[in-house]
Amino acid sequence: MNTAENQSERQQYLTFRLGEEIFAVDVTQVREILDLIPITRVPQMPEFMLGVINLRGSVVPVINLRRKFRMEQVENTRESCIIVLEIQLEGEQLVIGALADSVQEVLELGEEQIEPAPRIGTRLNTEFIRGMGKKEDDFLIILDIDRVFSSDELARVQDVGELAEEG
Amino acid sequence: MSDPVRDAFREESAELLLDLENGLLELAESQDDDEIIGRIFRILHTIKGSGGMAGFEDVSAFAHEIEAIFEEVRNGHLEVSRELLNQTLAARDLLKAMIDDEGESSLRQEEARQLTEALRTFFPQTNETAISAEVSDDVVESREETTERLYRIRFRLAPDIFCKGVNPLYLIRELKQLGRCRVIAQVDEIPTLQEFDAEQCYVCWDLILLTSAGLNAIRDVFIFVEDDCELQIDELSFDDDEDPNRLGEILVERGDLSSDDLQAVLSERHKIGELLVEKNLVSSSSVDSALVEQEEVRLQQKRNSAGTSSIRVRSEKLDLLVDLIGELVTVQARLSQNVAGQTESELCNISEEVERLTWALRDQVLNIRMLPIGTTFSKFKRLVHDLSQELGKSVQLVTDGAETELDKTVIDRLHDPLVHLIRNCIDHGLESPQQRQTAGKPSMGTVHLSAIHAGAYVIIKVEDDGIGLDAEALREKGIAMGLIPANSELGDKELFSLILQPGFSTAKSVTSVSGRGVGMDVVRQEVESLRGTIEIESREGAGTCFSIKLPLTLAIIDGLLVNIGGDNFVMPLSAVEECIELDHRTVEKAHGRNLVHVRGEIVPYVRLRDFFEIHGPLPELEQVVIVEVEGERVGFAVDYVVGEHQTVIKALGKLYRHLQGISGATILGDGTVALILDLAGLSKLAEREEKELSA
Repeated sequence: MNTAENQSERQQYLTFRLGEEIFAVDVTQVREILDLIPITRVPQMPEFMLGVINLRGSVVPVINLRRKFRMEQVENTRESCIIVLEIQLEGEQLVIGALADSVQEVLELGEEQIEPAPRIGTRLNTEFIRGMGKKEDDFLIILDIDRVFSSDELARVQDVGELAEEG
Repeated sequence: MSDPVRDAFREESAELLLDLENGLLELAESQDDDEIIGRIFRILHTIKGSGGMAGFEDVSAFAHEIEAIFEEVRNGHLEVSRELLNQTLAARDLLKAMIDDEGESSLRQEEARQLTEALRTFFPQTNETAISAEVSDDVVESREETTERLYRIRFRLAPDIFCKGVNPLYLIRELKQLGRCRVIAQVDEIPTLQEFDAEQCYVCWDLILLTSAGLNAIRDVFIFVEDDCELQIDELSFDDDEDPNRLGEILVERGDLSSDDLQAVLSERHKIGELLVEKNLVSSSSVDSALVEQEEVRLQQKRNSAGTSSIRVRSEKLDLLVDLIGELVTVQARLSQNVAGQTESELCNISEEVERLTWALRDQVLNIRMLPIGTTFSKFKRLVHDLSQELGKSVQLVTDGAETELDKTVIDRLHDPLVHLIRNCIDHGLESPQQRQTAGKPSMGTVHLSAIHAGAYVIIKVEDDGIGLDAEALREKGIAMGLIPANSELGDKELFSLILQPGFSTAKSVTSVSGRGVGMDVVRQEVESLRGTIEIESREGAGTCFSIKLPLTLAIIDGLLVNIGGDNFVMPLSAVEECIELDHRTVEKAHGRNLVHVRGEIVPYVRLRDFFEIHGPLPELEQVVIVEVEGERVGFAVDYVVGEHQTVIKALGKLYRHLQGISGATILGDGTVALILDLAGLSKLAEREEKELSA
């Protein structure tokens, strides 16, 4: 009985690595994980927009999370992969891919294992963070993936896009 | 919600209501055309009948009220007036609302009651019982009306019939009123002149009559000559699965020929009609008459089968089909690419066969989605009618090329921009009748709507014969708004296209175009999102013409695949004129200017490699693809041209909605994505960039 009650509060997260840090996204938003496939660059777009891939006949944009989070760039490895996510953008569902260094595992975390994001120290826009999870000694940064592509963020993309066009 | 009977009625009535609207508008132009009145009456009748069956009692009752009025019109008791037509149009709109179940039902009822009252005032002098008495008659009538039958009538009048004051021609005329009728006179019995008695009737007649009136109605025609007449009426069947009777069989059936004789002649295998006549077995007029019958039965069969050969399909199903075809085309491209390196001829053959079939299938499926644009045109008749009344201008809408076919999606999305353009034409383009008269124009203004095919495009024009655009005023306004530099030397075309700029509509000082351009940028956006272009021509005082050029289909295009630094791009093949080579010497000779000579003509080109900031080794020879963009030749320099590519267009999605110069993406044979270039957008971008650099 107790477990049933607890489960309603427990959620599953997919964890992945960018450099030394471990990030997590709500597993219900993950559609699939792809090996790295050729990405077609779309000109005049900000650098974190890597380009588009063919996902069984649909054209899906891929985002470089390292660039997005202003982390140092590395070469792709054999472990690099594309996490295909379903996000909500202005009331519409959108499918996007996110490039990650490697995928770790699916974790179950209870509410009590998640702490609010600290104001400073993450070097990330705290808006993107839903909370900090703990797994043994490691921190997990749980992302609010919808926010990462929220309309504010998109507007910024457009600005950059327009700048690129004008430049 | 999902009552199939009601849904079927909704679909059926949508078409009927459209026909009704068209009929009413046509009637406004030719007010005593019996055929149109009859058509309107039948439509109302059908709506009433099937509405009642589908459980739309209110619709049925209301349709009956309108029908009652047109009954009077049809019988010639009531004149068609503008007022009557307007009320009927309003009633039609209400019918539509009732069927679509829009708005408050109590409000609708109230409106229906008011309209009914208004309609009843048109009755010459009548009481309500008369109307309701008619209902029951109508119902019976409608049941018969649905089935048309083909009859063969043969009558021979007594030789002395003229003495009784009977004119056989009147009988025939009466029969003709019952339906479609073909008459063949048998003149074999007319004697030579010596024996001829002018007061005798020597002729007998065969008639083939298509009517819904029934056997009794036909017999009624002969009621006064019954005793002096040999009359034979047979019903002919024209079931689909039955071959029309052979000529010989018809003659036998009519008793003109015995079946033994027929068999004997048939064994000789010549053209049967001629043979029979030659042998004097039947007269040539009998054969002619039988031939007519055969023809008529065949015609009916054809008409019947034409009616059953079209089916309704939900457009979502078609969309799905197009998606599947898109994937098939992609897979097929992959197959061809993989087979290209193979030496096994059997596999190559199969691949080629698949390719041929895929293309044929693609063409067929895309063709299914093609609709004549006329359906949209007829909606505008109503718009023009309403607007001209509202604005007190007299306007006629002339349409051309209604049969021009265009992808359904394009037609649907074209509706709003066209409404906008027509509105603008009537509101701002056309002058008031007084102004027109002083300007020496006919007081009735004309809006000309036309569609025509031009290669892979359709050109739709909205043209008015109104006041036209004032190029100078536009220039001043453009400079004032900072849209064009003060010293610019723009042609009229460029100046006119200023009205497509967002916000240009606020130009109050430009009196001749005041208000024009309200939402014109929206029109432009919509047209561009359909990968179309819009051009404006105008002569001051003579009128304005908007030409919209649209691709035939949105789903799949023929593309030219090019490669730049390893990245693939697709150009719409329809715009491509030719490809030329570009070596370093030519580039040097042009002193850094991006210009090439193409058979004596100097063509500017855009280096896509620089434009898209693509790095990577530069090939020894580059290629320039010369395209036509908005009437001008522009080149695009690429590394090399790969070849033609069947391009299934995929949207890039929301994240890329502000991207310029790229109109979409497609999937190549190897599964990678290639971007589709928007050539017009690119050349504009390049132009802007160059201006900024030189400024």
